[in-house]
Amino acid sequence: MAAEAPALIGSNGDSLREAFGKTLSALADEFPKVVVLDADIAGGTGVHHFRKSHPERLLQFGIAEQNMMAAAGGLAATGLIPVVTTFAVFCLRAIEQARLSLAYARRNAKIVASHPGLDVGPDGGSAQALEDIAAFRAIPGMTVISPADPIEMALATRAILEFDGPVYMRTGRSPAKRLFGDDHRFEIGKGQIIRDGSDATIVACGVEVGRALEAAERLAGESLSVRVVNMPTIKPIDSELLARCAAETGAVVTAEDHNIHGGLGGAVAEALAATHPAPIEFVGVKDVFGASGEPDELAEHFGIGAGHIAEAVRRVIARKTARP
Amino acid sequence: MALTLKSITETTTEQDLQTKLAIAAAFVRKHTIASIYHAGSGHPGGALSSADILACLFGAELNFWPSAIDDPARDRFVLSKGHAAPALYAVAAHYGFCDAKAALRLRKLNSPFQGHPHVLDLPWVETSTGSLGQGFSVALGMAMGLKLQNIPARVYTLLGDGELQEGEVWEAAMCAAHHGLDNLCVIIDYNKLQSDNRNAAIMRLEPLAAKWRAFDWGIAEIDGHDIPEILSTLRRAGVTQGRPSVIIAHTVKGKGVKYMENVPAWHGSVKLTREQAEEALQSLGAGRGEIKDLLDGC
Repeated sequence: MAAEAPALIGSNGDSLREAFGKTLSALADEFPKVVVLDADIAGGTGVHHFRKSHPERLLQFGIAEQNMMAAAGGLAATGLIPVVTTFAVFCLRAIEQARLSLAYARRNAKIVASHPGLDVGPDGGSAQALEDIAAFRAIPGMTVISPADPIEMALATRAILEFDGPVYMRTGRSPAKRLFGDDHRFEIGKGQIIRDGSDATIVACGVEVGRALEAAERLAGESLSVRVVNMPTIKPIDSELLARCAAETGAVVTAEDHNIHGGLGGAVAEALAATHPAPIEFVGVKDVFGASGEPDELAEHFGIGAGHIAEAVRRVIARKTARP
Repeated sequence: MALTLKSITETTTEQDLQTKLAIAAAFVRKHTIASIYHAGSGHPGGALSSADILACLFGAELNFWPSAIDDPARDRFVLSKGHAAPALYAVAAHYGFCDAKAALRLRKLNSPFQGHPHVLDLPWVETSTGSLGQGFSVALGMAMGLKLQNIPARVYTLLGDGELQEGEVWEAAMCAAHHGLDNLCVIIDYNKLQSDNRNAAIMRLEPLAAKWRAFDWGIAEIDGHDIPEILSTLRRAGVTQGRPSVIIAHTVKGKGVKYMENVPAWHGSVKLTREQAEEALQSLGAGRGEIKDLLDGC
């Protein structure tokens, strides 16, 4: 069932982490089983809003993510709905706990990771998780979500609390553009066409959705008609929609703030290889670590800006037309 | 309605109870050997060392019964040293949580008795373990969840000594004390040997009691094979207030099987020959007929 938008939470300019924290706080009374686990970074993950409204349900674990992640399994075993919050890189540190004590035991626990990708900015390469989607996607039974704007984050927050099972969801640190209206819908496992076109399809998630729309707009000036698909659920991926877009446009570009290996691009390639193979170009960080800089500077430097997406679209259309 | 610990102890003399627990521990040891023999692999040393502790927990301390495995108010037990699974399966079989014959099908495809316990295979297993350190954290989460919901149940977890080398264990130790989880009890099967060698040679644990004391836990040090001492210590831990308790149980790896005792090679994962299995069962006091039943019946 598609989640409905709550009252305006996540206004323009709110980061995804702020939208998440505010929504979680607003939903807390409706979901009395929810408890939030923090490793001393409530201000960084957005759950300081929840701490303020529901201090008795904010469980402090200190700077000890492995214990926090596995303890979530125990909390879930007693019927609570634990929401583990930390930075995405520290989720990687506790990934084996997420694997054994959450996913393998099929616990109804949520992991919500802030500071993913280059979007982290000045903290530099050590803090920028470019591997988390790949890592969590490889865990059986783990749902992986990366919303694109504050309104979608608010909807996704409700959806993961209603969903029964382990979820990994990315938020984000930098101010986020409002891409969607109040009538936006979010459903786990579904993508949506947010701009139509016929020459190629860009499939994007997270901060890259805004850049994909910008790329499509630029290409329109070159008389190229480009479809943009927002794909907030990376696992399970919306294979049906992907197959339809590949059939109708004949070429696909993926765009993500993540390593090109194993993330959204990998998921799209796997799905299309099995349904409707088409030429694909991958926009992502090219198997290198990040560095310090402002998010938009980093996007340009590491090749995931709107211009890079547009260039990938030109390449993929050239490959499509060159096909025998 | 499930029986309560109180009703059991009221209808049983202390002497009778101890005798019953000794019988349970012997059953655990014999079934551990038999199931590992049939599996062709498994970890006998640390299963045998924990048999008396498991017998006391399941036979006297845990408010946990086959008729009420989903009761929210049940006590929880987590085998953090998941490689001692054969002993857990055996003690559970002895107390009616599963069929004893079925539990001999250890480590076989399509058997729920995996090499390490899995919650989705066996409904009376509280969580999946087999990666050291994690069971303790899960038990901590359970204790926290019970407290948050005002459920007056207790959580027990059995850790191996080698397991204490995992950093996560000390994260959990700090966390449980900080949150005053007096409904949590850790028992350490301190047999002094780990996979490759003695703890002291691989990574020193001593001074062990001082470490837990420094983390502000209530501590007891006991002989982990002395049933009256295990019982009385568990009972004392059960009424501790304000902080979690740890029981450092000094044990012998391979306890009960003479040729395995204190020999690191029997940590596992080992294959037992027919002769070795027979000798082990004899060492554990099994008669000719019982040995035949255990080794031929699967």
